[in-house]
Amino acid sequence: MAEGVKPRVKVPKTASAGETVTIKTLISHPMESGQRKDKEGNVIPRSIINRFVVDFNGENVIDVVLAPAISTNPYFEFDAKVPESGEFTFTWHDDDGDVYTENKAIEVS
Amino acid sequence: MELTRRQTLALGVATGMTLVLPLPALAAVEEVGGIDDFTGGATPSDSGVTVTAPEIAENGNTVPIAVDAPGAVEIRVYATGNPLPGIATFRFGPLAGSQSASTRVRLSGTQDVVAIAKMADGSFAQASKTVKVTIGGCGG
Repeated sequence: MAEGVKPRVKVPKTASAGETVTIKTLISHPMESGQRKDKEGNVIPRSIINRFVVDFNGENVIDVVLAPAISTNPYFEFDAKVPESGEFTFTWHDDDGDVYTENKAIEVS
Repeated sequence: MELTRRQTLALGVATGMTLVLPLPALAAVEEVGGIDDFTGGATPSDSGVTVTAPEIAENGNTVPIAVDAPGAVEIRVYATGNPLPGIATFRFGPLAGSQSASTRVRLSGTQDVVAIAKMADGSFAQASKTVKVTIGGCGG
């Protein structure tokens, strides 16, 4: 597994029903592209996060397929509709089979 | 401690299990794929999608880009001059607040960043933006 992978997510704590909120996510990951070579000229094998999925109370918000062209520490910003109080689930899928998850609750007032 | 025959066998089985178990269930990893694979040869229209990217990027390792296509179900982004042109596929679910997203990408040199959006009615829209890159972002 890639070392020191730490997801960070920014979601507002509250929203009004049906409001659209902006979500920012960042996960520390080297995103080794498989294009680079080490000092001896050997290709450094690819090791990236290949998928990023966001759900809210089980319903899908966004589903991203990542290629090696996404920068180190993949960052995403997008909008989500919040119909009721609940929880966002963020999942990142690593090439090596690891899955990193993060949850954030939001309160509808 | 003296190991009996039974204990040795059990130990062997346990070691075997730990060797087998950590192998991840190898799910097929989805790739972004080529432009033609996506559009199926259909000619995309010129309006309906926008790409935002800087005119000049000093460092090709992190170039901020944003795509926006109201009414799209899926947006794919390509860097036509990269060794692997596909950058990302964005699919929007029922709770997407808008059909837009931004991220940071690697560009190997000066080139066009192309976004193709698939609309809810099955049509395609395309937009591109030229980015001048001072230092390429592919390691070399």
